[in-house]
Amino acid sequence: MARVVVDPVTRIEGHLRIEAVVENGVITDAYSAGTMVRGLEKILMGRDPRDAWAITERVCGVCTTIHALASVRAVEDALGISIPPTAELIRNIMETTQYVHDHVVHFYHLHALDWVDIVNALKADPKKAAELAGSFSKWDKNTPAYFTEVQQKIKAFADSGLGIFANGYWGHPAYKLPPEVNLIGVAHYLDALEWQKDIVKIHAVFGGKNPHPNYLVGGVPCSINVDEVAAINSERLNLVARLIDQADVFVNEVYIPDLLAVASFYKDWAKWGGGLKNYLSYGDFPTRGYNQPESFKYARGAVLNRDLSHVYPVNPRDQQEIKEYIAHSWYAYEGGDQTGLHPWAGETNIKYSGPKPPFESLEGYDKYSFLKTPRWKENPMEVGPLSRLLVSYAAGHADVKELVGQTLGKLGVPVDALFSTLGRTAARGLDAALAMIWLKEFFGNLMDRVKTREVSTFNGERWEPKTWPSEAEGVGLVEAPRGSLAHWIKIRNGAIENYQLVVPTTWNGSPRDAKLQHSSFEASLIGTPVAKLDEPVEILRTIHSFDPCLACSVHLYDPQGRHLHRVSFE
Amino acid sequence: MTPEILSRASIPVYQRFGATSEAGMGNSIWQSMEQKGYSRRDFIKLCTAAAAAAGLGQNGVAQVASAFEKKEKPAVVWMHFQECTCCSESFIRASHPIVVDALLDVLSLNYTETLMAASGFQAEKSLNDTIKNHKGKYIVLVEGAVPTADDGVYCMIGGKTAESILQEVAADAAAVVAWGSCASNGCVQAAKPNPTGATPIHKLVNKPVINVPGCPPIADVMMAVVTHVLVLGQIPALDSLGRPKEFYGRRVHDTCYRRPNYDAGLFVESWDDENARKGYCLYKMGCRGPVTYNACSVVRWNEGTSYPIQSGHGCIGCSEEGFWDNGPFYQHLPSFPGFGIESTADTVGTVVGVATLAGVAAHAVVTNVRKHKVIAEVHAEEQKES
Repeated sequence: MARVVVDPVTRIEGHLRIEAVVENGVITDAYSAGTMVRGLEKILMGRDPRDAWAITERVCGVCTTIHALASVRAVEDALGISIPPTAELIRNIMETTQYVHDHVVHFYHLHALDWVDIVNALKADPKKAAELAGSFSKWDKNTPAYFTEVQQKIKAFADSGLGIFANGYWGHPAYKLPPEVNLIGVAHYLDALEWQKDIVKIHAVFGGKNPHPNYLVGGVPCSINVDEVAAINSERLNLVARLIDQADVFVNEVYIPDLLAVASFYKDWAKWGGGLKNYLSYGDFPTRGYNQPESFKYARGAVLNRDLSHVYPVNPRDQQEIKEYIAHSWYAYEGGDQTGLHPWAGETNIKYSGPKPPFESLEGYDKYSFLKTPRWKENPMEVGPLSRLLVSYAAGHADVKELVGQTLGKLGVPVDALFSTLGRTAARGLDAALAMIWLKEFFGNLMDRVKTREVSTFNGERWEPKTWPSEAEGVGLVEAPRGSLAHWIKIRNGAIENYQLVVPTTWNGSPRDAKLQHSSFEASLIGTPVAKLDEPVEILRTIHSFDPCLACSVHLYDPQGRHLHRVSFE
Repeated sequence: MTPEILSRASIPVYQRFGATSEAGMGNSIWQSMEQKGYSRRDFIKLCTAAAAAAGLGQNGVAQVASAFEKKEKPAVVWMHFQECTCCSESFIRASHPIVVDALLDVLSLNYTETLMAASGFQAEKSLNDTIKNHKGKYIVLVEGAVPTADDGVYCMIGGKTAESILQEVAADAAAVVAWGSCASNGCVQAAKPNPTGATPIHKLVNKPVINVPGCPPIADVMMAVVTHVLVLGQIPALDSLGRPKEFYGRRVHDTCYRRPNYDAGLFVESWDDENARKGYCLYKMGCRGPVTYNACSVVRWNEGTSYPIQSGHGCIGCSEEGFWDNGPFYQHLPSFPGFGIESTADTVGTVVGVATLAGVAAHAVVTNVRKHKVIAEVHAEEQKES
């Protein structure tokens, strides 16, 4: 028996430590630990609720915009504000843009090196690589000259020490791609790095900058005026149209074909990494307002035990549904560490009880993470692209069903193949493809409104705090690229009284609960083979398939301002 | 452990890189380009772009070319502490030089948790090898603040605290760059009540630190700072807060294209009102442009696509120390610093947040006197129209 420690887990956002117990070459138990905390929920207390989007947006710069969106929705929900349809379209355009950007960057820059052997790409025949790429993609850049140039670039780079690619698991027997596919992967890694900075210009147009574009409670901050130079006018809209066209080509001629090509060599990974059997989605992309989830592109609901014949309704306001546990987290609860609390009633008293750093292992420590453990009706739930596809699939959303069915057909695998590491990675690609379709649709709808001059982007009826009730509470729900995200807010006398976030990686990457039920990361690692203990690429494959975001998932709050076990702050 | 701020003079760090035959450091940038079949013309093009990025103009091309020819690719490590990775995300948005060239040709980025292939033990090896093999010559880029409360347990990597890692990495570094507001001034986690004791880098490291604030900093500013340090081998001229004067010497307000509206008294009064649709000044909506030193209104964001004010939202002042506690963001400043464009943060110094408040009022008064006539004229015209 061996305990394999991976820390830092790189190519993620934030600080994650994995400790896996390996017996006879197979993982039999795993511990997922978040090792950084910032205290943002505490910082939010007492501030103007209209500022919260900016603070919470800084939860994460990889999933930038997403927390800002959850925050403005939470405040609008609390204050009863409906935003104009044009503002809804612009928010949807920004969110689908984020999906496309985030998923492409995840695939090439955070995940691909688990499957693509860069050094092996040097053995490829560039002409064959071009032929192969031409067989599954129409992208006109895939020529022998292009692949030759990339190969030379990588060769010179390898000769000078490999920089960011140094000390990878190159040559590990788990890498299965032929040299030509490796070369295609490396070439597109470099292209995606250049492409990704263009798509986010859509955020800059509507939000002024990326990362961290601007949002606004009550709508969006940009105004539309096709008779003025200093507003969203026809020049700006033309720019967005061109960026959408470019993104469409990259997603459908580069990302998706590469994903399917790589996946076809790793069908073994449809057997491993499935983990939990429960899937949660809050649903997203409203088309008739935030309070009409039936109008959402993605459905809201839960699937249990992989039974796709039934979707359970989900109500984040019901105090019996979502609860957070701390049995194995570095916190203490007033009513005992075995209890669970709905975020409205939540309390957080940070209490680090791990080993004194520097340390080698968390073995033997009952509590081992700064992440809390959320549960839906006591069930551990997976969240993310796979979950929302499954929930919408089970709910009978036609566009989702069609795309999932087509893709499974192309790969020649049954729907069960989705319940795996490979399925999770494939689902993210489909999520991007759907986002691309909807991005075009939302932009078309925006242009229609511009034509008819229905361009109001802000509802100011409840902008001034004097129009607010003395007490209000709301929930902002978002399907972030990484999964279900919710912000709960309580407002009292114009200021934030309580603010809590339960984010995707808290669902997926948390420690086990009081009943010792594992969360997704741990559950999905169990049963996975590890060929070489000192080069555990298999652990990275499964963990990266979730696209972890640790900065998002760790925070602390204390709604009552109490510190039961207050640590001494300097 | 007192903060040490660099003097304004350009400090040549170039010679510290020196020539070495250690693995991975044997090639100059020109040599590595030549090996890849690039022509001399391509090389000069890269030098021109780098010189432009560093604000050196045509006269700087020869200087850059000379540096590229002689110097091998410098070893760089990028540390991640209490952060949200927006600085890394911003960096890869850079357009000149393009990121692929920067990563493959300009520098040897041996450690960054966001992009590096290696994890765990192998990642630590990359870091330790760099420290050992390039002692005194490598550059440390830091993203994130460091929590100092409770013996540093609020940020641990590989079982070690962020603080101990920072000390270890910085000890033998040729230069330290603090990316973004987190590393420069603490940013959001240091906002009241700063629950984890989040501390900026310059307060912990006993050597010069270049502060590049912003949440995040502008991509092309980051690349220009890298170019300045790594390619020119010089630390850029800094102000008294350790910020490169090149990019933090002007207030957003001073170079904002909506400034004439301010001077003419033309303001947005409510979101998406007629004035917003005409692109008037956002001062009354809380814009922090008048108190924020940054290059947004000149360099702009995402290859010059826009900046917050251009897209209708006021500046929130994200490059200024303590900006999170300078809210609420939508309450317009009762008064704001009014020193003229000719006076920079350098002369105002560390008292910028306090002493200048009186000055703003003066600025506002002067401007208002000047523009009264204009306002009267505009009103008269509007009345005529209606």
